[in-house]
Amino acid sequence: MKELICIRCPRGCHLSVDEGGNVTGNSCPVGKEYALEEINDPKRMVTSFVRVSNRRDTMLSVRTSKPISKALMFKVMDEINKLKVKAPVEIGKVLIKNIFDTGVDIIATSSIEAD
Amino acid sequence: MKCDVLVIGCGVIGASIARELSRYKVSTIVIEKNNDVGEGASGANSAIIHSGYDPKPHTLKQKFNVLGNPMFDQLCEEIDVPFKRIGSLTVASSKEEIKELKKSYKQGRSYKVPLTLVTQKKLSSYEENISSDVKLGMFAPTCGIIDPFNFVNHLIENAVDNGVILHLDEEVIKIDSLKSEFKVITNKDSYVAKVVINCAGIYSDKIAFMVEDISWSIEPRRGQYYVIDHLVSPFVNHTVFPAPSKVGKGILVSPTSAGDYIVGPSNEDATDKDDVTTNIDSGMAIKQKASQMINNIPFRDEVRVFSGIRAHSSTDDFIIEPSKSHPNFINCGGIESPGLSSSPAIAQYVVNELVSPLITLEKNPSFNPRIRPYVRVKDLTSEQVCELVKKDPHYGVMVCNCEKVTLGEILDLYKRSIPINSVKAIKRRLYLGMGKCQGGFCLPKVVKSLSEYLDKDLNEIVYDSPSSYIVKEKIKL
Amino acid sequence: MREVDLVIIGGGSAGLSSALEAKKQGIESILILEKEDKLGGILNQCIHTGFGLIEFKEELSGPEFLDRFITKIKQEGIEYRVNTTVSDITKEKVVTYFNSEEGQVSVKAKAIIYSAGCYERSAGQIELGGPRLSGIITAGSAQKYLNIYGYLVGRKIVILGSGDIGLIMARRMTLEGAKVECVCEIMPYCNGLNRNVVQCLEDFNIPLYLSTTVKEVKGKDHVESVILVDVDGHQNQILGTEREIKCDTLLLSVGLIPYVGLLEKLDLEKDKRGQISVNQYNETSLKGLFLCGNCLHVHDIVDYVVQEARSSAVGATLYLKNEIQDEESSSVIYDSNISYVIPQKVLASLLSDITLKFRVRANIRDAYVCVYNNDKLLKREYHTGLIPSEMVMTTIKKEKVKPPINLSVRIETK
Repeated sequence: MKELICIRCPRGCHLSVDEGGNVTGNSCPVGKEYALEEINDPKRMVTSFVRVSNRRDTMLSVRTSKPISKALMFKVMDEINKLKVKAPVEIGKVLIKNIFDTGVDIIATSSIEAD
Repeated sequence: MKCDVLVIGCGVIGASIARELSRYKVSTIVIEKNNDVGEGASGANSAIIHSGYDPKPHTLKQKFNVLGNPMFDQLCEEIDVPFKRIGSLTVASSKEEIKELKKSYKQGRSYKVPLTLVTQKKLSSYEENISSDVKLGMFAPTCGIIDPFNFVNHLIENAVDNGVILHLDEEVIKIDSLKSEFKVITNKDSYVAKVVINCAGIYSDKIAFMVEDISWSIEPRRGQYYVIDHLVSPFVNHTVFPAPSKVGKGILVSPTSAGDYIVGPSNEDATDKDDVTTNIDSGMAIKQKASQMINNIPFRDEVRVFSGIRAHSSTDDFIIEPSKSHPNFINCGGIESPGLSSSPAIAQYVVNELVSPLITLEKNPSFNPRIRPYVRVKDLTSEQVCELVKKDPHYGVMVCNCEKVTLGEILDLYKRSIPINSVKAIKRRLYLGMGKCQGGFCLPKVVKSLSEYLDKDLNEIVYDSPSSYIVKEKIKL
Repeated sequence: MREVDLVIIGGGSAGLSSALEAKKQGIESILILEKEDKLGGILNQCIHTGFGLIEFKEELSGPEFLDRFITKIKQEGIEYRVNTTVSDITKEKVVTYFNSEEGQVSVKAKAIIYSAGCYERSAGQIELGGPRLSGIITAGSAQKYLNIYGYLVGRKIVILGSGDIGLIMARRMTLEGAKVECVCEIMPYCNGLNRNVVQCLEDFNIPLYLSTTVKEVKGKDHVESVILVDVDGHQNQILGTEREIKCDTLLLSVGLIPYVGLLEKLDLEKDKRGQISVNQYNETSLKGLFLCGNCLHVHDIVDYVVQEARSSAVGATLYLKNEIQDEESSSVIYDSNISYVIPQKVLASLLSDITLKFRVRANIRDAYVCVYNNDKLLKREYHTGLIPSEMVMTTIKKEKVKPPINLSVRIETK
């Protein structure tokens, strides 16, 4: 039996998962999905920012398009930190495609308009 | 570098003396070890201009307080500093206190300080929230409240405008007496001066000791205060003191010139000369004592707690005299309360009585007693704001919402004669970041503005002292 | 003087969503006043995800969440001013604002929605021993320096207070290369959401010390270390439990306070906590002045702010159409398990369903949230656990409430 707190929404349900993969304590199907994933391959969203190279003191916020393996979080950060971005940038733009072959992209979460 | 007079320390005494000297054709240099003026006791006190009934007879405290108090109206008008004579109410509850209060009344009358006794029945017409325990009051109409930061800032700004040289961030480390002059060595430079005036506040004993053995010393005392935000409904109209006791003037409750309220100080031994810690136990005692005088003090709207260091001298009085062995080395030490109230009178005395026999004081014909007026956008009418903003749009950019301070006012500071080196220097001149949010919203903007003015990176901007950085590191370069 | 039907003060999530709702309800003349240089308020610096789960059924970052609202505001052609500070609001609803294009201008508003958000409790407002050093900084300020300016405030961090921003910043700073030594919380429970404890602290092995506070900050010019101390059930420090942790930053996440300074002089009716009282339309005792968002009460989820803002807009519309009659209201009563209920008052004629929002004072397991009208049970809702960090909402159908209205909320256990 493993005790978990669901992080998929702010409600934070207290979940239990037994050896057979049965989930209790969830208020919705997302909770069950989360519990099973958390046991097998926990995933997290990574959010950060990059400097816009052609704009003084301007940061562009970025994130993973989907949750990514928890174990990869700091490796993803290394890639984000290496990223060079130039304005203009449109919100949602893919900055790194299919990072580490995970099927997850790094995307811009805000827009930097053209001059 | 050579000069006629070298002033060590730029607190309220150093600044007042420097301004007084700038009336004459005298070359004056002021050396201040901090990167801004008024950093010691001058910037952390009750900000009260005392009426003068309290000091013991035949003391310098008594003499200069009574002389100094009436000088503030004209002085503050000249140097554009908020000052209001709101009057003080000293209150007594116990028999013992009533006896002390009556003694104070008699003493104050003998100094010709205007005072009236207020019976319990009439107390509530002075202070609505006065505690019912209070049995007798004494009203002193000449007591005033002042902006203590800008008093020092504007004094020295005016002095510098009139020719005084100010060196910040420079510490005196050694003083050699030459034949009729002194060689003052700092961590950056050395100076030869005909007259040296020691206004080093809490460190005045250390400076005095550089030229001779002295029989007095400074015993640092710590005073803790609370500030309550101006947004509360007014709960006190005058400076309310308890009857004096052996431990000093006690805990006061008062409006401030900025519209806030101040409660304090405690009176504690400081562990050292820089001990500006605050602690919870003294806080409880302060609040309890204040509540014995005024009911329902809105402590929930407290915005700040701070401590100041008082330069209490072992002689229990101001020390304002030439040193024993060197008549042209003048000590101003032990200037604790009522030091602020006494400062204009002390400055006149030092210049007219102690400096004038040593060097010729010829009038400076270009002396201008006024400083360039400060624009305070929050005090302007809409029409005035529109006009101002048309001329300079920076006055339409609000930086601090709580205290209503604009970018134009910050940029104006950069154009004045006193260098701005820290965030606190801006805070203390404009009161920005001193409201409800305590700078949560505006300080990052101030840091940014200062970094542009000083042409430095954000992580080189300091809060006050040179190692008090605000952000550590620029990342993702 | 220019006249505007609805002036909205504060263009953050609450202000934007109330503007859109008012427009939808048919109000044409709307003016949003925002003090910062762009619309959106605090979510602009909240680049982490977790927003929009209710509104958009998606997990968005703050800027993405805002983008959807701001795009609509522009599409709808709703008038707004940025870099514009409100300097005065009168009882006659004259709003005076201030910017560098127009100077200081007054407009006459028929209705006002005040949505100015909240501010962080700072070092001056908590009892913190030791000198006032640089390096003591609120979590929100550190968030701005990091996400907007690109600077880490420190490298070795201790966080006091377990509010959500503090937890979020523990993760953000760790990901950006700082070492977060611990989070300490004076209460015996965490003030942030459970999910944030998991994904911001546990994921990075950052310890959370409950019933622990900072006794003293040490250092000369900048923070060099802090002394932690355990506290008992009455928050008294337990002597002998002190331990020193070296750090260069003390991050404060010790509470958010509604930003209502501008409203002080209006003498609005307040509840016993000193917070402004509102009725079911979030209308204050000054008719036509509505609140919503974190300046009414501090929310943990922006999606709830949006819902609240919409009901303020509905209220403002009813007011502008003269559909709210000036009538008697009754107070909403609650038991001692609850720290507050919004709305504090209910107007006698219910034009719509009523949503009650409240927080409990301490953790309660197996709780039934019960709503009564004059001792008649209207609703009884089971919760496995109620915690102070989570706002509870319950909606009562208007048909169920028979006059006279005297609502009360009680927490019952088995």
